[in-house]
Amino acid sequence: MSNKYIGQAVTRLDAHDKAMGRIRYTDDMCDKGALVIRVLHSTVANGIVKKIDTEEAEKIPGVVRVFTCFDLKEKHYFPTAGHPWSTDPHHQDIADRLIMTDRPLFYGDDIGAVVAEDEVAAAQAIRVLEKSVEYEELPFVLDAQEAMKEGAPQLHENYPNNVLAHTEIHMGSVEEAIKEPGLTKVEGWYETQPVQHCHIENFICYAYGEGDRTVVVSSTQIPHIVRRVIGQALGMDWGKFRVIKPYVGGGFGNKQDVLYEPLTAWISIQLGGRLVKLDVPREETFISNRIRHAIRYHITSWMRPDGSFVARTIKAWCNNGAYSSHGHAIAAKGLNAFPQLYPCDNIDGETWTVYTNRSVAGAMRGYGMPQASYAFECHTEDCARAMGMDPLEFRRKNLMPVGYYHAFSQNELYSDSFNQCFDKGAEIIGYYDKVEKYKNQTGDIRRGIAVSTYWYNTAVYPIALETSSCRIVMNQDGSVQFQLGETEIGQGADTAAAQMIADTLGLPFEKVHAVSCQDTDITPFGTGVYASRGTYTLGFSVKQTALLLKEKILEAAHQFTRMPVYNLDLIDGVIVRTTDGRKLMTIGDLALSKLYTTEGSQHLTAESTYQIKSNAYTFGCCFAEVEVDIPMCRVRLLNIVNVHDCGQVINPTLAAGQVHGGMSMGIGYALSEKLMWDEKTGKPLNNNLLDYKLSSFMDHPRLNAAFVENYEPTSAYGTKGLGEPPACPVAPAIRNAIGAATGIYINELPLSPHTLFREFTDAGLINDSFAEDKQGKESK
Amino acid sequence: MAKQYKVVHCTINGKKVEQVVDVRASLTDMLRNDFRLTSVKKGCEVGECGACTVIINGEGFNSCIYLAVWAEGKEIWTLEGLTGPGGELSDIQQAFIDEGAIQCGFCTPGFIMTSWEIVNSGREYTDDELRKALSGHLCRCTGYENIFRAVKKTMLRHLGKFEEAEKVNSQGITEYPEPMPFK
Amino acid sequence: MYDIKALYEAESVQDAIRLLQEHPEAQVLAGGSDVLVQIREGRRAGVELVSIYMLDELRGVTIDEDENIRIGSLTSFSHITNDPIIQKYINVLGEAVDMVGGPQIRAIGTIGGNTCNGVTSADSASTLMAWDAIIEITGPEGVRRVPIRDFYIKAKVVDLRPAEIQTAILIPKESYDRCFGHYIKYSMRNALDIATTGCSVNVRLSEDRKTIERVRIGYGVAAPVPVRAYTAEEFLNGKEITDANIKEFAETVLNDINPRDSWRAGKALRRHISVVMAERALRESISLAGGVVNG
Repeated sequence: MSNKYIGQAVTRLDAHDKAMGRIRYTDDMCDKGALVIRVLHSTVANGIVKKIDTEEAEKIPGVVRVFTCFDLKEKHYFPTAGHPWSTDPHHQDIADRLIMTDRPLFYGDDIGAVVAEDEVAAAQAIRVLEKSVEYEELPFVLDAQEAMKEGAPQLHENYPNNVLAHTEIHMGSVEEAIKEPGLTKVEGWYETQPVQHCHIENFICYAYGEGDRTVVVSSTQIPHIVRRVIGQALGMDWGKFRVIKPYVGGGFGNKQDVLYEPLTAWISIQLGGRLVKLDVPREETFISNRIRHAIRYHITSWMRPDGSFVARTIKAWCNNGAYSSHGHAIAAKGLNAFPQLYPCDNIDGETWTVYTNRSVAGAMRGYGMPQASYAFECHTEDCARAMGMDPLEFRRKNLMPVGYYHAFSQNELYSDSFNQCFDKGAEIIGYYDKVEKYKNQTGDIRRGIAVSTYWYNTAVYPIALETSSCRIVMNQDGSVQFQLGETEIGQGADTAAAQMIADTLGLPFEKVHAVSCQDTDITPFGTGVYASRGTYTLGFSVKQTALLLKEKILEAAHQFTRMPVYNLDLIDGVIVRTTDGRKLMTIGDLALSKLYTTEGSQHLTAESTYQIKSNAYTFGCCFAEVEVDIPMCRVRLLNIVNVHDCGQVINPTLAAGQVHGGMSMGIGYALSEKLMWDEKTGKPLNNNLLDYKLSSFMDHPRLNAAFVENYEPTSAYGTKGLGEPPACPVAPAIRNAIGAATGIYINELPLSPHTLFREFTDAGLINDSFAEDKQGKESK
Repeated sequence: MAKQYKVVHCTINGKKVEQVVDVRASLTDMLRNDFRLTSVKKGCEVGECGACTVIINGEGFNSCIYLAVWAEGKEIWTLEGLTGPGGELSDIQQAFIDEGAIQCGFCTPGFIMTSWEIVNSGREYTDDELRKALSGHLCRCTGYENIFRAVKKTMLRHLGKFEEAEKVNSQGITEYPEPMPFK
Repeated sequence: MYDIKALYEAESVQDAIRLLQEHPEAQVLAGGSDVLVQIREGRRAGVELVSIYMLDELRGVTIDEDENIRIGSLTSFSHITNDPIIQKYINVLGEAVDMVGGPQIRAIGTIGGNTCNGVTSADSASTLMAWDAIIEITGPEGVRRVPIRDFYIKAKVVDLRPAEIQTAILIPKESYDRCFGHYIKYSMRNALDIATTGCSVNVRLSEDRKTIERVRIGYGVAAPVPVRAYTAEEFLNGKEITDANIKEFAETVLNDINPRDSWRAGKALRRHISVVMAERALRESISLAGGVVNG
């Protein structure tokens, strides 16, 4: 196999149709006669639904049916996380949700649903119903540490103090190690905020009956998992459901949860299989889908005068919201990363995942690592400063060394990724010159530059099952279609897979077609896309299946050319005799002959499953250059560079696109995004795109994405994860750059004018004489 | 009260049409449901995301907060109208493809419509002006970087500045000479 | 689809007034960027509407026989920004409304709607206050004119009587002649945002450009309705352009404004930024007027 297409910026397969506007997303496929579902959400943060009077709502013209939590005759609790199922009950996700509940645990919980002929009638019914719900209101708690206190409201049975899970790590002895004289201690609290995915296509699904089954078409990352969970949620055989995933308008992890597919399927069944559609409004997407966990960290490090770590401790409190979703996996990921990124002999770590009466936190691009990276890399910067060392050199000195092996995951750092990425990024942005240039600034407007890195691994082995299946079917002209369980959600998975198949089979790229829309009746099993595993994971089954098919092709070629298989190859769509390079026949002629031959007719296809038992480190860094207008409490991002070692880059354009998107999400995370709730009522305050400050075109500078390509030896095609890592180092790099500019290092996100005003005032950087008393300031 | 309807006469993608609409319908509803112009996307329905942007009498509007009845007498363009009769793409569509400006594609139709308005204006926008002109659209996939390049290159080509267009590269480090106060 | 009980489309200003008289419950719909959003939210669901959006007679910028700049109430923000009269005489208004939302919102949003909704954060409002705009209102009794500071009654309430509509906004010659101004919008992102606070300053300098002949400063989100900082203006009028005077002017605005605490922003931040904006907008206005700061 030679790399003819791998490494090339081939145009993504769906680009042309998307540029024409003819790609069909879920809503575009749905018949316009569909009945409309609207969910009735709780308007209390914690309580019991005593009664819902549906009479008035049912009288509204156009309302077909009103369902409430009391209509649920059988209660099947189900898990929602898009994790592979485990047949071991101890490793299964927590099943704590119902499709409608009479025990709402957050403002926005699902307590009923309306089905109507149009959205106006549905909205009218919801407004009437909201007024007719009688609650017994219960006290609520929004903060993770508050929720752990004695006397705090308890959300779930069997989880005392609302602790969903608590884990610890211990290495060496911190207590003994810190007795060493001459150590410098650095300690800090680091606070990250809840944010939302904000894919531009909201979650949407529709369902209808077909025979004795129900078909659900859903904007999801995980169709096969959705089918399983619908079965679990409805207490029915999984095969009673067929899930179809059309093109998806972004997911970022929100669509790695089962959202409203079970409710929609249930409603269709209640209505005898009528076509029903649930198009979640943006306001509800913010609060009733999933969000990113807010995690609070406390980190302490003890260092020798040479800047080496002697001992370190970390504690983390992870606000999970009202239901488990992905459970402890997110907090645990950060905890496990801590001893690996900057290895140290003596470490104590502890983390709690805690239920609170807030919107449910689940997977979101980075899966806990943007939070952890912020805490880690704020702290690292502060350590370097405490030691009087250049922050970049301090990192180089302490980071995971080449050859580092992690026993549990069996990950190994095979190459000098950190230093190579630092070197490349520093050169692109002019780091060293700018560090000098920006020293000792005065005045209202100052500039700073800084760096940050992160820890990441590609996939989920060995924590969860890694399996990928691929099917490749050849047509009479020698072109192929392929199908994978790994879903195209905008990242370009189909195109990357097509490049791999073209190279492995030896076909021209235009002869490789993706069946992009997954259908659980047709598509081979795969768990979808999540983590940063798509390209890595699908690579194994793609290669295995392509090689299987190639074997069949060459055997067939033997039949028509009489040449031994070992002297044949398929190169660029032509059967070639390798001994002299003579072209014997085209793949089109071969496929046609093999199908229509009266001696041994065969449809050339291959299908296989590959279970992956490896994972891969994937590292990189971010350099950020900022300008801070101190009196205005505003940050302008001047330049930003991300460099990633994701191994073999399959497609430079698509890879850069992944990096840009992650950087953009990081910019919003750093400077402006934050979901807020009213402390008095538990009601969300800014669940719309005006009040939630997703960064706009004008808040972005040019984004620079660069790569270091160290071929990953465990990988089918040398790749490592890239989907999530770009989002991880951005916020701490910006925080450190603001610190470099102003001397004020802020341990809280976002670094919005509210935060900067408080910090600059406290530091005496801005004149507070006319800003009145401290009480008037934005509370924390 | 009985439902209220009105006949609307307008030109959509160059074709004169008349359509009975419910007066409560938004232009998004009319274009998607009555004309099956599904490139017009719904992302927020309150004029914040720009996914439903169409060009009305030469200017970009969020069709979600534009009543269908206001289309009376208007000339409306959606992304479907940019493709030629033989399926030929316009240069701005091709630039979005070539520059990798498309990922999930959901914001793409709206973005292309605004970009089409920009590149056909005959004006040379500065980088800041371009960002402002495109700022009515939210995108969560691309960080706007490749969209910026696609639009800038196409704008320059429309102005006959082919060499400059080719120089718009992916390494956009900017040197800022003077600190700039917030305005 | 919007939850609209009935939609009445006006064919002329007089027709609109008649429709409003016939349907006293009906609300006026101009560009709809606020009203339609509120209908969807449920706040105004089930309303009767009189749409005036199609009334082109209410669009455009002209100079009338009294040399007032006359802006038709339905003129969109984008058309105001691009209008040559605005650019020549009151460019700051074009700049201010060019900061509303994003381009598509500026295409549909009208200056009449921006003022009639009585919202303090309206980007046009502080500039119109600072330029002593006159609001022209047409109703069953004919046309009346109200200074903008009297038009705003309280938050979300303006001086519009039953069946009246706003038909124009006028800037008198005395107000714009030899005046130069600057608007600063302070918001959490650079596009698609409402003002956390906003400040519009304009100056007329003495002939030697060393003295402030007249300064006016208007604020949004510094009080329940857009306000002027008259104490600060009085302090600076007739004074020499010096650093000390500029700084004192800026701090004096705190006597006139009263921003509140909300989850969107704290009062202290708003007060602090108000002072910074006053100084920067004043310096920019002086610079536009050709003035130089003396020591």
